[in-house]
Amino acid sequence: MTEAVASQEPAPQPLVARRSPRKWLTAAMVITAIVALPVFSVLYLALFPDENIWPHLIDTTLPRYLVTTFQLMFGVGIITLVIGLATAWTVTMCEFPGRRFFEWALLLPFAVPAYVIAYVYTSLLDYAGPVQKTLRDWFGWESARDYWFPEIRTLEGATLMIGLVLYPYVYLLARAAFLEQSPSLFAVSRSLGHSALSTFFHVVLPIARPAVAVGLSLVLMETLNDFGTVDFFAVQTLTAGLFDTWMNLGNLGGAAQIATTMLAFVVILVTLERYSRRRQSQYAARDNREPIQRFTMPMSRQLICLAVCALPVIFGFLLPAITLAQFAWTYFDQSWNSDFIRNSLNSLFLSGAAALTTLLLGVTLAYSRRLHNTRGMQVMLRLSSLGYAMPGAVLAVGVIVPLAGFDNWFDGLMRDWFGVSTGLLLSGSAFALVFAYTVRFLAVSAGSVESALQKVTPSMDMASRSLGHSPGQTLVRVHLPILRGTLMTAALVVFVDVMKELPATLILRPFNFDTLATYVYQFASDEMLAHSALPALVIVLAGIIPIILMSRSIANTRSIG
Amino acid sequence: MRMKLATSAALAISLSPVAAFADGEVNIYSYRQAFLLNPLLEAFTKETGIETNVVFAKKGLAERLEREGRNSPADVVMTVDISRLSELVERDLAASLDNETLEENIPENLRHPDGKWFALTTRARIIYASRERVEEGEITTYEELADPKWEDRICTRSGKHPYNIALFSSMIAHHGEEKAEEWLEGLKNNLARKPQGGDRDQIKAIAEGVCDLSIGNSYYYGAMLEDENQRDAAAQVRLVFPNAEGRGTHINISGIALTKSAPNRDNAIKLMEFLSREEAQRIYAEANTEYPANPDIKPTGIVAEWGEINPDSLSLQEIADNASAAVRMVDRVDYDNP
Repeated sequence: MTEAVASQEPAPQPLVARRSPRKWLTAAMVITAIVALPVFSVLYLALFPDENIWPHLIDTTLPRYLVTTFQLMFGVGIITLVIGLATAWTVTMCEFPGRRFFEWALLLPFAVPAYVIAYVYTSLLDYAGPVQKTLRDWFGWESARDYWFPEIRTLEGATLMIGLVLYPYVYLLARAAFLEQSPSLFAVSRSLGHSALSTFFHVVLPIARPAVAVGLSLVLMETLNDFGTVDFFAVQTLTAGLFDTWMNLGNLGGAAQIATTMLAFVVILVTLERYSRRRQSQYAARDNREPIQRFTMPMSRQLICLAVCALPVIFGFLLPAITLAQFAWTYFDQSWNSDFIRNSLNSLFLSGAAALTTLLLGVTLAYSRRLHNTRGMQVMLRLSSLGYAMPGAVLAVGVIVPLAGFDNWFDGLMRDWFGVSTGLLLSGSAFALVFAYTVRFLAVSAGSVESALQKVTPSMDMASRSLGHSPGQTLVRVHLPILRGTLMTAALVVFVDVMKELPATLILRPFNFDTLATYVYQFASDEMLAHSALPALVIVLAGIIPIILMSRSIANTRSIG
Repeated sequence: MRMKLATSAALAISLSPVAAFADGEVNIYSYRQAFLLNPLLEAFTKETGIETNVVFAKKGLAERLEREGRNSPADVVMTVDISRLSELVERDLAASLDNETLEENIPENLRHPDGKWFALTTRARIIYASRERVEEGEITTYEELADPKWEDRICTRSGKHPYNIALFSSMIAHHGEEKAEEWLEGLKNNLARKPQGGDRDQIKAIAEGVCDLSIGNSYYYGAMLEDENQRDAAAQVRLVFPNAEGRGTHINISGIALTKSAPNRDNAIKLMEFLSREEAQRIYAEANTEYPANPDIKPTGIVAEWGEINPDSLSLQEIADNASAAVRMVDRVDYDNP
């Protein structure tokens, strides 16, 4: 039995239980309060600039920052949407050789940090790189003045680089949404005379929209916050202006104001998207017994499918990985040392801890919202996701403020009462790092769990509750099994994101503590990324294992039964 | 007295709680990459038995130090340019240090008047010129970079990079803001391409024929000569130490400051003294092709081949003071968008 509705009905009544519903609300409030602390610290810093930065900015660079930022976000948005949707749809609906392989291979570029891909393509495409060298050999050119070659270190180049490694956000969430859709919906549309393409745009995409919107907003926020790539390519976005104000003008308050402005920008964007689909609620009770009917196509069209899926993997993963492997071979002695294994373990530990924490908190928040669908609860969910909309380095300062504040307060207390100093308990510890990652990436898990929960029909809850289950039991026994694929996806995204995370890790880490990313950055920041190609390659490769594992289990949610 | 709070749930996942450091250690917040510090720190530990702990980051360390307050574990901060040092002084995070060894080893113009920071090395920001397309002696000063004869022949990294900001702020100090801005306009007009990449990329660009002149730190050139994959590019470039005949070549420093809250103050001072002495100064000069701050240590190897340097006598403090004016000037000129 399958039931799926994309309706224009008003939202359902909140599923408030008679027994102890406050528990969930309280939990959500506590989580929100703690997670929003760093963001509010930054807002607080914004109140005390060293001087008013705006007159100078408006007179000089602000217009350029804004235009460039907008162009970059627009370009990356288009690229990730086109690649993400096209590939997700192709692997879900088309039967072609290698389909099962591409289901997970399409995620691989996600494991490549943007600053690494930027470095790799620069070394491939610049004058001394193999591409131009070959062209010179062919045509007999002698120097760079003899011919024109597109410049990689431009706005367009940055757009392409960032788009290539971020499209998996859209792909992941879109594919999960496509898989959760009932195949009969598609069949009905086709039987009513819609073409496959028309069905995609009129039925499939609108139903997948909440998930795609989550993916796209993650992409846009990451783009907005990217510093490594835009700095390397000297593309002047708002983030570049922010760091200029902070580091060159020594005006942290002014920088916090720019960060706040960016935050407001993101909030408006997300609110607009939500507003535009405020009247939709969608429920899809999926029936696993009904397998997806994939298109069977002639060979020529299968080849097109193959190309659509292969190109992003080749350019987003294979080429960078091969180049890194070459560097790793050339500089093997510099790359291979005893720190290597320890750094890998640090990365794995932090990524795992952060993935679990964000998942736990994300589920709690999203489920609380399901139980208490009030305006206040919605605001809390948004508040707890704001950390993602802030550049990592700024957020790190926002994390230090409350943690060090607490440490010093507690230390003072202990000194007064017992005459002992507790020193710093939280700041400068691995806890500070996991906390920062949670603040930063909670948006990923809370967002995807929320959008998946919205699609579970409330009759599920009602049935479970009328059979005597508490809200907690309903979550564990009904929702979590249904959402297994989404949960895995969310955990995977956070895991890989933390693996790559750089600015906050650098600032907050304990002494003598390196992750793979910070180790690579030491060299990259001294214009020597090639010397740390091995750990860079491992960041990329380490992403593969969870990608394969989780992608498998996402696929299993569909094929079970 | 510091105690471990094993009961704290937070500590349960904390890999190396800062409160747990025993004596015989010194804790370093460093703006310089740890792999560049390691040879020095290893030599220090070998000599004194004092262990070193490092956190490296390019930004945010001053904020961390400030917020950690009296409980901060950091004993010293090591930086790679003057502006980060003067930031520590401005925020009142650096302790005054009255130390005979350091005062003997580091000349007066390379340390804070009250001993709040000490330079450990100097690096010259010089002109790289194509051996093939630029005559020897064709350019000898920073001022000449604005000469229209170099139109379309100069490459640099972003004007906002701290190394360029320090150079531009020295121009402001010497010529006043108005003249300096005219100069920067002239330099911008001579750019062959949009500012991008790092200092090494500019050397590569000269080797590729994209441009004939660029500005860069002296040690990048040394590092490229030592890297067999980059040696060919470096070999096509000649070093010009600008204004050597006149006011001297612009230099910046890497340095060290003692924190006010230093829990291992004695060890920290030992480290600072060690870094100013011969062994460490030699490692700096040889491993990273920088100029020792200690005048008794003569440069060796490649650095010695470059000959005696005549550094600009402008005080580093003045460069730091003009940095913010330099940033605004870069914005007004819109240097990064030729």
